Amino acid sequence: MEGFEPIIIAFVCNWCTYTAADLAGTSRLPYPKNVRLIRVMCTGMVDPQYIIKAFLEGADGVLVSGCHPGDCHYISGNFKARRRIKLLKEILPQFGFNQERLILTWIGASDGIQFSEIMRDLVSQIKALGPSQAKLKMVI
Amino acid sequence: MAITAKIGVNEQDVLGALRKFFEDILKIEDIKAILVPQHLPMKNMVMPTLVADPDHLHGVDPLAPAFPMNAAKIVSRLTRKPMGAKIAAVMRPCEIRAFVELVKLKQGSTDEVVIIGIDCLGAYQNKDYARFIEQHGDTSSVIFYQHIMDGHGGQIGGIDLAPACKACEYRVAANADVLIGLYGIDVNDQILIQAQTDVGQDLLAQLDLAEINEPAARQGAVADVIEKCAAYRDEMIAKTREVTESLEKMTAYFAGCVNCYNCRVACPVCYCKECVFVTDVFNHDPSQYLRWANRKGIIKMPTDTLFYHMTRLAHMSTACVGCGQCSNACPNDISVMELFRTIAQDTQKSFDYEAGRSFEEDPPMSVFREDEFAEVVGITN
Repeated sequence: MEGFEPIIIAFVCNWCTYTAADLAGTSRLPYPKNVRLIRVMCTGMVDPQYIIKAFLEGADGVLVSGCHPGDCHYISGNFKARRRIKLLKEILPQFGFNQERLILTWIGASDGIQFSEIMRDLVSQIKALGPSQAKLKMVI
Repeated sequence: MAITAKIGVNEQDVLGALRKFFEDILKIEDIKAILVPQHLPMKNMVMPTLVADPDHLHGVDPLAPAFPMNAAKIVSRLTRKPMGAKIAAVMRPCEIRAFVELVKLKQGSTDEVVIIGIDCLGAYQNKDYARFIEQHGDTSSVIFYQHIMDGHGGQIGGIDLAPACKACEYRVAANADVLIGLYGIDVNDQILIQAQTDVGQDLLAQLDLAEINEPAARQGAVADVIEKCAAYRDEMIAKTREVTESLEKMTAYFAGCVNCYNCRVACPVCYCKECVFVTDVFNHDPSQYLRWANRKGIIKMPTDTLFYHMTRLAHMSTACVGCGQCSNACPNDISVMELFRTIAQDTQKSFDYEAGRSFEEDPPMSVFREDEFAEVVGITN
């Protein structure tokens, strides 16, 4: 779609991905303004509800991003998050949300450069999918 | 070797034979009470009853095509803490399967309950059962099981089994301590009784039952029923996928929903003590509704309908046993069960899990492995 600027809600963990975003910032590495960061203490605290709400409110994409496996500040939060993402990727398509709109990544605290690159890739992936139906149609 | 035995049926009085069997169980010293579906004395409605006195089993009727609620919730209530005594519980297969899920969620225990599972012939929706019993009175259950046992299916006089039952392939109780077998048995002559666990074995050893071999016709009869139900289920799931495949179609599917949350109340595996949807989180500020209406131009009231159903799916679909109580409870006849079974099939399959299959398998959202589901991580392109 011409001129389509997606809205992407990103739940990022305090210890890794948020720190990486901070590092990207202090290193003056830009990333697209389509991504709206929400800092959470751990990806393990992202209830599927938060993701569902974001989609129903019209988010074109939702990112959940935390520490690499083995690096979780709370030992296993990211593994629990991965199961929930797996679960949601089964449920969302039946409601008309392409499962590719939901993305899970691991971005470590020192990965400022990767953060900026992944955000750009993320935006281009969501752009290719076009706007979410929840934005265009009435949702009950 | 597990005990396989029979109870004799006199003068085709199947319910009388079952009543006698339950009386005998209740007379065992260990068993202080029995939970069993029964016609209530004040109104001809079938409800689970907890009976401590063998003289109060007149109305026992586990064959009635009535399924007012999933008794897993009752058994959970009776076993969530030690009772200090042992009870027996007569349950349908879907009730046992839901109870298995609740036990795994620490909302029930098998320590003090002997589960007596009965072959399920299916049931009518509540409204239909009320009509059925009005038409046929005291003989309604006999008419029903004869019709089924004679191979004519569950449809009698324009009243048909609940869709959940028609689509249910779990007609024989797994995970019961004692099984009451009806399929493939000449029930006007005898009923099959089988111990499936050590607990069941101990119980049956205390009863004076004539041991038999499992009738040869049983396996085939069970397989036939399951095959029919599985075919109905597959067709139902295919149809449901078609009518809900987009957000637009899904909103149409739930357009009649008034957020009464009856489906959640009736659901045996909706395990939260307090549902988030009835907390203050969803008691939005009045001005919030106006802001939403301003932003979108129009909002349906009450709000958060799809949000509720999707959240419920995320929370309980891996535990869904397909009992159909959600549809039974819906005041606006939304086909809730059809959708939930459809999505539950996907979610359970993706974790190689089957609700109610085993006490040993951990619920998918309660465990994880370090090395799994690599495919959900990362950007695709």
